Amino acid sequence: MSSVTTFHSQWAAGADERRSAAAAKTVPAVVPAVPGLRLKRLPIDRRALALTVFPPLFGFGLLIGIWALLTINGGSFPTPAATWDAAVKLFADPFYRNGPNDQGIGWNILYSLERVGLGFGLAALVGIPLGFLIGRFVVLNRMVSPIISLLKPVSPLAWLPIGLLVFKSANPAAIWTIFICSIWPMVINTAVGVQKVPEDYLNVARVLRLSEWRIATRILLPSVMPYLLTGVRLSVGTAWLVIVAAEMLTGGVGIGFWVWDEWNNLNVAHILIAIFVIGIVGLALEWLLVTLARRFEFN
Amino acid sequence: MSTTAAETRATRTLHIEDVGMSFPTPRGPFVALRNINLDIRRGEFVTLIGHSGCGKSTLLNLVAGLTTPTSGLMLLEERELRGPGPDRGVVFQNHSLLPWLSCYGNVHLAVERVFGERETKAQLRERCLAALELVGLTHSKDKKPGEISGGMKQRVGIARALAMQPKMLLMDEPFGALDALTRAKLQDELTAIVARTGATVLMVTHDVDEAVLLSDRIVMLTNGPAATIGEILRVDLPRPRLRLALAEDPHYVQCRKEVLDFLYTRQGHVEKAAA
Repeated sequence: MSSVTTFHSQWAAGADERRSAAAAKTVPAVVPAVPGLRLKRLPIDRRALALTVFPPLFGFGLLIGIWALLTINGGSFPTPAATWDAAVKLFADPFYRNGPNDQGIGWNILYSLERVGLGFGLAALVGIPLGFLIGRFVVLNRMVSPIISLLKPVSPLAWLPIGLLVFKSANPAAIWTIFICSIWPMVINTAVGVQKVPEDYLNVARVLRLSEWRIATRILLPSVMPYLLTGVRLSVGTAWLVIVAAEMLTGGVGIGFWVWDEWNNLNVAHILIAIFVIGIVGLALEWLLVTLARRFEFN
Repeated sequence: MSTTAAETRATRTLHIEDVGMSFPTPRGPFVALRNINLDIRRGEFVTLIGHSGCGKSTLLNLVAGLTTPTSGLMLLEERELRGPGPDRGVVFQNHSLLPWLSCYGNVHLAVERVFGERETKAQLRERCLAALELVGLTHSKDKKPGEISGGMKQRVGIARALAMQPKMLLMDEPFGALDALTRAKLQDELTAIVARTGATVLMVTHDVDEAVLLSDRIVMLTNGPAATIGEILRVDLPRPRLRLALAEDPHYVQCRKEVLDFLYTRQGHVEKAAA
């Protein structure tokens, strides 16, 4: 999780630099009468741009370069070029269906996303209200906290047999695993957010003698929103991490199953493609939620 | 005082009788306030002044109902005070506006709570706009608290408190966080608002000039712990009081001197001993 966040903060810093670069660009447009200024500004502009664009490109280039060097003598590991060719072929027809165990990568991703959506959605439905209650009522907090502390570090896969036992079916068991693993960040962050609502806001509520419902909707919810969305972001990340492992075990159509299936086919190029795809989808989910969270910032 | 008890009861808004407040600590109870006796008449402007830590805010919070006194009796219009309520409009020191609501929204939250069941939406809107107009903020009613200055935030806080039509306005160092010029401007505005609405005000301050300028009476608290009312000074200056003219008014100078004398001569040494 931490690697994702650090990567993201770098990306955000890059965005800032780009913005300042854009701001710097507008300056000569305002004062075109001073050519000296313009000449001086441009190199700085380029440097800022170069600093945001080239290091990431260089990083990827280095990765692919090392990969190419290591696979130069052949062997079971495909070269970058071979992987690229396989990817082009794969994404030429992502939505084919040749029976239940042979479907396009597009279908696999969509099925995985559906499971994540269901499991995560249920977790949000239960976890967010639970977080509110825990944050608001001290007794409940004392009651539930030890249980959460105990269950939170449990590996996702330990929950799978319980799901299989209860639901007697692979698909609900996978969704259950997502649910139980992605619920904790939402419960904890919501509860912390509720506890950190400034005393001033609660005093306003007390002076106005607002009802508990009004307090929840008019004061707690807006105030907790930034914390809550951090929880949601962490939860989606966890859900996406868990789905691959769960699907490897449960089978069915899905990106995790697909990885395992390609391993059985010894198609390593496809496994590498899957790793990139999983990473990109995870990044997209993260980006989506960060964008959503920005809309609810009020400071 | 030749007034009868019945007359006193008819004109007083707040009655505080023998109120004490102590907080439990690991080393036994900490007595913050003791033997507080104070009556505030309808339409009166009373300030609480004292050194920091003397319990002025504690006393205000007791009247606001945010904390419950450990002993004594408090009556608001002859009814016992129990817990906070919209019949006392509180203006907090740090404005306490909800940052996700506009100025209008902040006032509306209070108005809706007090009048929402009895009045139409148009009437509620009318009340909010009137309150914002009273503090001169009609033009920025749709701005968020983050987009306006500290002085404007505090004015929204005053509008919110007054819009509830409370029996009393309680202000906890409302201008303490503002710069001197803004503070002076808001003091003048507050004077005008109070003159227009006839509000009964209890205000905590540590500013001697502010206390003399605004008050009918200044309640001076002794140093804590176990603070109590040391002296009550009546300020008999005619209203409207004009800041510039007052500076040379002998009664103003006398009042100011008395408060300073209380704070720095009679109560000054205790703080040194405590520190």
